[in-house]
Amino acid sequence: MQERLSPILAPYRRQKGSLIPVLQKVQEELGYLPEEAVSEIAYFLGMSKNEVYGVASFYAQFRFKRPGDHTIKICQGTACHVLGGPKVLDAVERELGIKAGETTEDYKFGIETVACFGSCALAPVMVVDKTVYGRMTPAKARKILEEY
Amino acid sequence: MTFDEIRSQAQSEWEALQQSDKPRILVGTATCGRAAGAMAVLEAIDSGLSRLGAEAVVTQVGCIGLCYAEPIVEIIKPGRPGIFYSGITPEAVAQLLEDYIVNDNPRPDLALGTVGDGSVDGIPKLFELPVLKPQERIALRNCGHINPESITEYIANDGYSGFARVLKMTPEEVIAELKTSGLRGRGGAGFPTGQKWEFCQRSPGNEKYIICNADEGDPGAFMDRSLLEGDPHAVMEGMLIGAYAIGANHGYIYCRAEYPLAIERLEIACKQMEECGLLGDNILGSGFNFRVEIKEGAGAFVCGEETALMASIEGKRGMPRPRPPFPAVSGVWGKPTNINNVETWANVSAILQKGAEWYSSFGTETSKGTKTFALAGKIVRTGLIEVPMGISLNDIIYEIGGGIVGGKSFKAVLTGGPSGGCLPNSMLDLLVDYESLAKAGSIMGSGGMLVADEDTCMVDMARYFLTFTQEESCGKCVPCRVGTRQMLDILERITRGDGEPDDIKQLERLAQVVKTGSLCALGGTAPNPVLTTLQYFLDEYEAHVNEKRCPAKACTNLITYYILPDKCMACGICLRGCPTEAITGGRRMVHVIEQSKCIKCGNCLDVCPERFSAVVKVSGEELEVPSEPIPVTASQ
Repeated sequence: MQERLSPILAPYRRQKGSLIPVLQKVQEELGYLPEEAVSEIAYFLGMSKNEVYGVASFYAQFRFKRPGDHTIKICQGTACHVLGGPKVLDAVERELGIKAGETTEDYKFGIETVACFGSCALAPVMVVDKTVYGRMTPAKARKILEEY
Repeated sequence: MTFDEIRSQAQSEWEALQQSDKPRILVGTATCGRAAGAMAVLEAIDSGLSRLGAEAVVTQVGCIGLCYAEPIVEIIKPGRPGIFYSGITPEAVAQLLEDYIVNDNPRPDLALGTVGDGSVDGIPKLFELPVLKPQERIALRNCGHINPESITEYIANDGYSGFARVLKMTPEEVIAELKTSGLRGRGGAGFPTGQKWEFCQRSPGNEKYIICNADEGDPGAFMDRSLLEGDPHAVMEGMLIGAYAIGANHGYIYCRAEYPLAIERLEIACKQMEECGLLGDNILGSGFNFRVEIKEGAGAFVCGEETALMASIEGKRGMPRPRPPFPAVSGVWGKPTNINNVETWANVSAILQKGAEWYSSFGTETSKGTKTFALAGKIVRTGLIEVPMGISLNDIIYEIGGGIVGGKSFKAVLTGGPSGGCLPNSMLDLLVDYESLAKAGSIMGSGGMLVADEDTCMVDMARYFLTFTQEESCGKCVPCRVGTRQMLDILERITRGDGEPDDIKQLERLAQVVKTGSLCALGGTAPNPVLTTLQYFLDEYEAHVNEKRCPAKACTNLITYYILPDKCMACGICLRGCPTEAITGGRRMVHVIEQSKCIKCGNCLDVCPERFSAVVKVSGEELEVPSEPIPVTASQ
């Protein structure tokens, strides 16, 4: 862990104000923030583990569990809500047998909900990894999952 | 190089591009365009051109705001007006290139409208279309027209001329001009921008900061995303002007991480500014220094609140603090700080380019200029619009938006997202400005505008917003932390069909406490959706509580799906599509829904062929239908 994180952390030694960008970079490298990484970050920035965890857990972006290989983000924004976003979420949850925030046992898929992607004109929206799918229906969503 | 030299070089390059004998093809590749398939269209253009052996200059541009018509392609042939084509697929574009570029047939059947001098037979002028005619483009002036990754194109279109002008003025003169323009904060609260700058400018201290708030957290809003993706330099120029007027040498752009393309384009813009001497030390030889840092938000709605945003920049939990001291006195790192929203900054650059008099000729007495709105929901023409202040909601929804989808009836328009309110039919004559929206119980907000139709349940809408604000409440103050939870509990109970007679009164009382007692605007405005729905749609609350009925037939616990035995033709379509196998039936046997297995997904209703219309959705009533499949009796 130390080896993987050293190059990321090096420019930020003892810079408490850089905690959020550091957390973002570490998560980008590891996919999530395991406990060891939190300890490592705390040591590097000269903070307690509690302080680091306190900040990380405040923001929706940070995860503490290993994500799936493919992250399915389903928008729960206002436009998506009135145009059937909850039904799309329900269909994907049923299809994969997990709830939002969880990962399938084989770590192939994880489901997350997002407050808004800002693509409201294409509501309801689902994003798999970085591909945006607009005007979703439960049936279309199930079909897209088959492609992965 | 002096600015005049940079400018004349940019203009001659732009002129050369306009006069080029090659056709130009512009593709809208903002996030919404990409979601609609613009990148595949772009590839098809490249391969189509090489297949045809034709030459053209292909440029990626931002969003013109007509999201309903994406992907959009504009083709400009030398000496002709540009033609916008809508809903273009990779297959269609290959044919279009052959028809228009090679064979000179402009394909009016695919065209949306023309832009520029001259006309093309059979194609209307784009800005004369009902969707664009009532609009006025100030903040979005360049979106969709110039390459957002080219500072040259921005400069050639008056870009940075406002800042160049400012360098010959004193900071006080700049602030005075802004005050004359009447610009008010576009983040939602509507505080006069000039006055805000003055507070910060007069604050003692050598080290000052300015911030661009691009943490567009309001679900259902995408104005700032489109603006940053389509014209980042308009925002950057505004920030330069603000920094000069206030005396700040350091700026932050706080942009949400969900907008990767916006962040990428901002980074490109900053780099180009440095190369042109518009960012860094001794800008344009004036002795003025300014640097910008882009901070990625980490997903917290409360960080749109200024003091929370500043805490987040400092690497802390994004929690607001009581004011005073105001940021103008003690903001980020304890220094005087001025914070404005993306759209405000883009307006600033326009004002200094064209003058305060010009700007204040738009709008109403108290609200000058224009406002962008993200028009979404059950409306025909969704998209990003910019309208002069004082336009009526009616004009926005029916003229620009084209009315309600599928001929359904209008129920409510929601402005200001989770902090705003739901306004009914009777308020459609309302003129959009800060004061009238507030008087009606809503707010201008940052610009989310969602249209709901008869199928939208207003109690569910209030519940939806409360789910959001309750989750996003930072937990620092009790009224917001506990109050939003309690309100949500009541709303969940009501939409579940377990509402009690006292709940409506209790909800109203709680809403008042949270509104008045919360520390920041998140809690202070969170009750607005509840209060406005109680005010305008009380009958829907009463139906849920007293009759256990959802009039919009939207709350899943209060609805039942039935298959009408006298209409079912036993075609099997619904049976095969049911995700929980809740439908039984057979050949020539009427299908039946087993209610205990039904998850109310509505698939059977959607797929039942219209000529049968055998599936119905009801609320608050029970229908007599067979419990087992029976032979078909209906005849076609």
